[in-house]
Parts: sequence; C-alpha cells; structure tokens
Amino acid sequence: MTAPAHSPPAPSAQENDAPLPVKRMVVNLGPSHPAMHGVTRAVVELEGETIRAMKLDIGFLHRGFEKSCETVTWGQCFPYTDRLNYVSSIMNNVGFALAVEKLCRLEVPERARYLRVVTSELHRICDHLTLVGAMAMELGAGTVFFFAIEGRDLIWDRLTELCGARLTSNYARIGGVSRDLPEGWADKTLRTLDRVAELCEEIHGLLTRNRIFLDRTRGTGRVPRQDAIELGFTGPCLRASGEAYDVRKAFPYLVYDRLDFDIPVGANGDNFDRYLMRMEEMRQSDRIVRQCFQQMQPGEIIVQDFRYALPPKPLVYGTIEGVMAHFKLVMEGIKVPAGEAYSYTEAANGELGFYLVSDGGGRPYKLGLRAPGWPMLAALPFMTKDALLADLIPTFDSINMIGGEVEQ
Amino acid sequence: MVSELDVVPAITTRREEALTGLQGLVSKGLGWARKYSIFQYPFVTACCGMEYMTVSAARYDLDRFGAMLPRFSPRQADMLMVVGTVNCKQAPILRRIYEQIAEPKWVVAFGVCASSGGFYDNYATVQGIDRIVPVDVYIPGCPPRPEQVIDGIMLLQRKIQDQAHRLVEPRPLPPSGAHEG
Amino acid sequence: MSKAVIAALLERFPDAVTDAYEGVGGDDCAFVAKERIVEVCRHLREVERFDLAPYITAVDYLGMEPRFEVVYNLVSIPRSARVRLRVKVPEGDGCSVPSVTGVWRGADWFERYCYDMYGIRFSGHPDLRRLFMYDEFVGHPLRKDYPLRGRQPLVPERQVDENLRGPGPATRD
Repeated sequence: MTAPAHSPPAPSAQENDAPLPVKRMVVNLGPSHPAMHGVTRAVVELEGETIRAMKLDIGFLHRGFEKSCETVTWGQCFPYTDRLNYVSSIMNNVGFALAVEKLCRLEVPERARYLRVVTSELHRICDHLTLVGAMAMELGAGTVFFFAIEGRDLIWDRLTELCGARLTSNYARIGGVSRDLPEGWADKTLRTLDRVAELCEEIHGLLTRNRIFLDRTRGTGRVPRQDAIELGFTGPCLRASGEAYDVRKAFPYLVYDRLDFDIPVGANGDNFDRYLMRMEEMRQSDRIVRQCFQQMQPGEIIVQDFRYALPPKPLVYGTIEGVMAHFKLVMEGIKVPAGEAYSYTEAANGELGFYLVSDGGGRPYKLGLRAPGWPMLAALPFMTKDALLADLIPTFDSINMIGGEVEQ
Repeated sequence: MVSELDVVPAITTRREEALTGLQGLVSKGLGWARKYSIFQYPFVTACCGMEYMTVSAARYDLDRFGAMLPRFSPRQADMLMVVGTVNCKQAPILRRIYEQIAEPKWVVAFGVCASSGGFYDNYATVQGIDRIVPVDVYIPGCPPRPEQVIDGIMLLQRKIQDQAHRLVEPRPLPPSGAHEG
Repeated sequence: MSKAVIAALLERFPDAVTDAYEGVGGDDCAFVAKERIVEVCRHLREVERFDLAPYITAVDYLGMEPRFEVVYNLVSIPRSARVRLRVKVPEGDGCSVPSVTGVWRGADWFERYCYDMYGIRFSGHPDLRRLFMYDEFVGHPLRKDYPLRGRQPLVPERQVDENLRGPGPATRD
C-alpha cells in the first residue's frame, strides 16, 4: 500500500499565470471595409488583441487629380478640386482660387472674400458633423449619426440654394465667386445655424459624458505635441495635441483678420480631445458666419477684369469686347503668368496647400496638393502601436481621413 | 418616374422559359419577397458615399424600401451597390467581392464614376464598373441627389419583380472529372 | 522674417544654398544643392525652428536639364515664417536625392509619393516603395512623357458594346 500522497504544493502565483505561447497573427482590414473610410487597407500584426505592427496600403482611390488638372484649363480645375475633400469642397475651391490669384496677382473684391469665408465655414461645420456622426456610428451610437446627417442636410439645403449642388459645390471662381446670395438667404441661414446648434447640443448630451464613448476614446490614439509637429500634423489634430497653430490666425488670409474667433487647443492629444476639438470648432465657425453677415457690404462678387472673369451677360450680348472676352475665356481659359506659388489655407482637416507651377499658358504645368489628412494617416502606425485592435477604430475616425484628398 | 419595363411574357417560344400557372405565381411571389428585402453590400469608395449616407439616414429613408440594412459580408448580401469611383487598383477587389456574393444578386452602379468613369478619364480609373461586373441599374449623377437614388432603387425593385424567379434554379452541372490545366 | 532666415542660410552654407529670390506674393525661396539638402534641413529644423514636417513635391521640367526639381515648403510655427527650398535633380545617375526622413519623420510619405509619381529615388529612406500605384504598374504616371490615358488594367475588362444593351433606361419616360 503506498503512503497516502500528500497534495502537491500549491503552485506559485507566477506558475499559475504562465502565459501560453503566442504567435502573431496578420489580419487584413481590407480595402472594402466599413470602418476604413473609403478605401484604405490596413494590414495589422496582432498579438492577441494588441497591435504590434501596422502597414497601411493606400491608392485604392487614386483618381489622377494632378495629371487631369494638367490637361484642362485653370477654370476647369475647379470640379476636380471639389472632389478632393468632398465633405468640405468649397474650401478646396477657395484654396485653389487663392493660389491662382496669388500667381496672377489679382485682388479679390471685398464681398467675394466675405462670401468665400461664409461658405467655407459652413462647409467646415458640415465636415465636422460628418466626422462626429461617422465616429459615433462606428462606436455604436447610431442616433448621433442621424442627428449629424440631419444637421448636414440642413446646411446643404442652404448651399444648394446658393451654389446649385449639395456636395460638390464648384462655387469659387478665379477672381471671386460665381453667384451672389439669393434674397433672404442670410436670414434663412441664420435660422438653419440655430437649428444646427440645437442638434449639436443634442449630440453633446449624447456623447460627451457618455461612459462608453469616454472609455473608448479617452486615452486612445494619444499623440504627444512634439511628435505631432515632427510628423507633420496640422489642423484640429495638431491643436488637440497642444500646439496652437491655425493658419487663419498665423497667416491670415481673406477676411479672417477682421473676425473675432477663438482657437480651441487640447491638452492630451487623444481621440476624445480630437472629438471635442471638432465640436468646439463648429461653435466658432457659427460665430464667424454670424459676424460675416453683419460685416458684409453689397458689392461686386468677382474681379472686374475680363481677362479673368466672365463679363456680365448684357455686355456679352451688347459689345464686341464682351463677346470676345467671353469667347476667349470659355474656349481657351485664363492665362496665368509663368512662375510658381504655394498658397495655404486652413481647411477643415488642417493646412491645405496648393503648389502651382505655370508656364504662361492656359493650363497648369503642375498642380501639387498638400493634403491635410496625409501626415495623420501616415502616422497611424505610430498612433496605434501597442494599442488594442478596437482602439484602431476611433483613432482612424478621429483623424478624419477623407479618401479624396489623401489619394488625390 | 419608374416606367414600364419588360414584363415576363406569358407566351414564349422556349418551353423551359414559360412561367405559367403555378410557376408564374411562385415567380411573382418570390419577386415580391426579394424586392422588398434587399440586403445591400455598400462598396463605398468616394464622394458618392456622402450621398449614400444621406440616403440611408432619416430624411431620405431607404429603410422604407426594405433596403436599409447593409451587410458588410458579401456572403450575406444580395445587392452590390458600388458607390463612387473604382480605379484599376480596386478593380480586382470589386471582382472578387462580386464573385463572392451568392445568387440571386444585383449590381447597382451609384454615381457617374461607377457608371462610366465620370470625368476621370486617365491612367488610374476604370471607365465604368460594367467593364468588370455586369450591372443592373445605373444611377448617374455627381453625386446623384437622394431622390435619384431612390428612383434607381425603385427601378431595381421593378426589375426584380419582373424577373423570372424559380424555387429551384436550373443550372448546368459543374464539369466532372479533372480540371484541364 | 523669412528673409532673415534665407539670409542666414546664405551666410552659413554659401556653397550649398544659392540663388535666393523672392517669389510671387512674397514667398522666400532658394535653391539648394542636392548633396547638402539634409544638412540644410537639419540646420533649419534645429536652429531656425522649422519643426513642422515640410510639404515635399516634385516637378518634371521635361526638356530642361536637370529634368526634375524637388520642392520643400517649410513652415516655422513659433516664428510664423515660411521658406521654400528647391533642389534640382538630374535624371541620370540614379535620379536620387538624400532623404530628409532623418530630420522629420513626417517627410516619409511625401518622398514615397515623389518616387511613385516621378521616379525620384530618395537615398536613406526607410521604406521606399510605391504609394498610390500598384506594384505591377510600370512607369511613373506624373512624368510629362507618360500618357494621360495609359491604363494598365489588373483585371481583364469586359467588352461593353452599346448595341448589345437591350432596351433599358433609354426607353424610359
């Protein structure tokens, strides 16, 4: 008979928690994926649920913007620029127009500058609403999506009355804008902005102190200030990391130096700060639009130089010079003097830059675009290093990658 | 609005295509069921995606047509809605997803870039997705207004209703024996 | 403010930085020799505080020698200054420029873009591969001698013949 076996000694805490051998798994978040806004391919190497490495593959929406623009006239580039950052297309139009006007040394009339600012800020509100709605929807808050899309639709109704199109507005022209405000538009827009502000309050109430939203966005995707600057961040993402750089304040253009607005700056640089940045910037844009309506005076909306702007129809039908100018402008486009220029504006996502090279002819020789979303997207592997796979989703949302501008 | 499309003819020249009597009723019933429960695979690429978001949201509600629920797996979907520009790099992916969707399937080309390439006629884009997959409904517009999209969906519903649906689809048997090559 | 930066550069690197000029609209620009660009950029980043990663792009001056030009648009946030540096890159001899990713990590994708679209190689770049085009693509699309419609399809395309399409939307309404 064997001696009664005493129970083996209790395993120590370390032995109990001995980790199982793991192998890294490569998961492909493919180009056609609901959370990859548009088409981006993220190949993540996972250890459990933690991302150890990530490789981004883009180019699935490359539409040849620069090469297309080299083959059309300067005025015909506007629809191409519309479709860059397609949620805030007027900003792209204005940015391109400013670059061409810099090369041509044109002075844009006062009212045109105010109109450009008003429409740009309305589209900035649309961009931020889209981001907040998409981010909330992907984190599970479907109601916020409906509120945001409703707010966006209301603003688009106003912009349809002004520009003719909801999304791809094609509003700016070289030397000014294409049409003036319809009757009573300013009042209607102010009422629309009131309603949008109400919707934003509802979104605030649903998200900003929501436990689930806070847990998923606070602390994730953190980018320290120095890293953000070195990686080339601009716009709300840079300001969320603590650097107060806004092109509208640092290098004022159009009429931003006459307007009174604040720049929100974040503290942590995580996803929650980027979300709060967008909510606060919507309020500031609302302020800007209201001030513009007060300060705006009646006047011309496009430069009165028939080498660049289409003459008014009575002159086209009545005078020889009008007909000739119209014909030349439509058939051949404007002639921009040879040279190069880089012009920068504060788009909804950051510093949008256009680098133009002209050879003196009617077509761009080179049209380079500094997409604001590019550095943020390129930094995504850095932002999600050693983060959970589930943290990739709010991070990807909050950097506002818009496929059209990132992939030109 | 939605016009009269070809209806399933009552008299046909080929015996196996005639759907009369009970088969006709079954076809109409299946068509009715399939058209009001479309599970879409939103293959969203570009700007038209914004209008897609709008048409699924509260104001222009696609849910009233039964076509709201997006299924992000091609195995669970029956309508491939290609929204936005498809370029040469994306084309193999579109083809593969189309092949993965089970029959019966329909393809909607949403937007003018998916219908014919739009104004991006250059080295990068495919001039219309019908060069890659067969398309049932083309919705032009850059981007199309939500009302246009709803018109397109209603056109697709009409087409689904009028197609020949059978409980058991006659299919050629797969070739038996070894693959050649 | 930016003029002072250019003047300081001219003084510090007299053989590398040449031909400073004021461009349209007050842009302050200078040409930089290809081999010394990393030095100049490092000086600008560390001493002159041009911290933000620059916007780097390339231009193809077909017919001129040297053919390519790589343009760096730098901005200094604390000093509110902007500077443009232009580096001429001849086509022969590997068509390469030293990479500035050692100075700013954010220059990474801009340089990959220049490689993909123009074929300019960046020596010292950690991961120089195509950005937008697929790997099977032959050529560099934004070069002036690449045709606009030079498609290289990955998937064999179906033939779409208009007269085979039956009565469809054309007979609507």
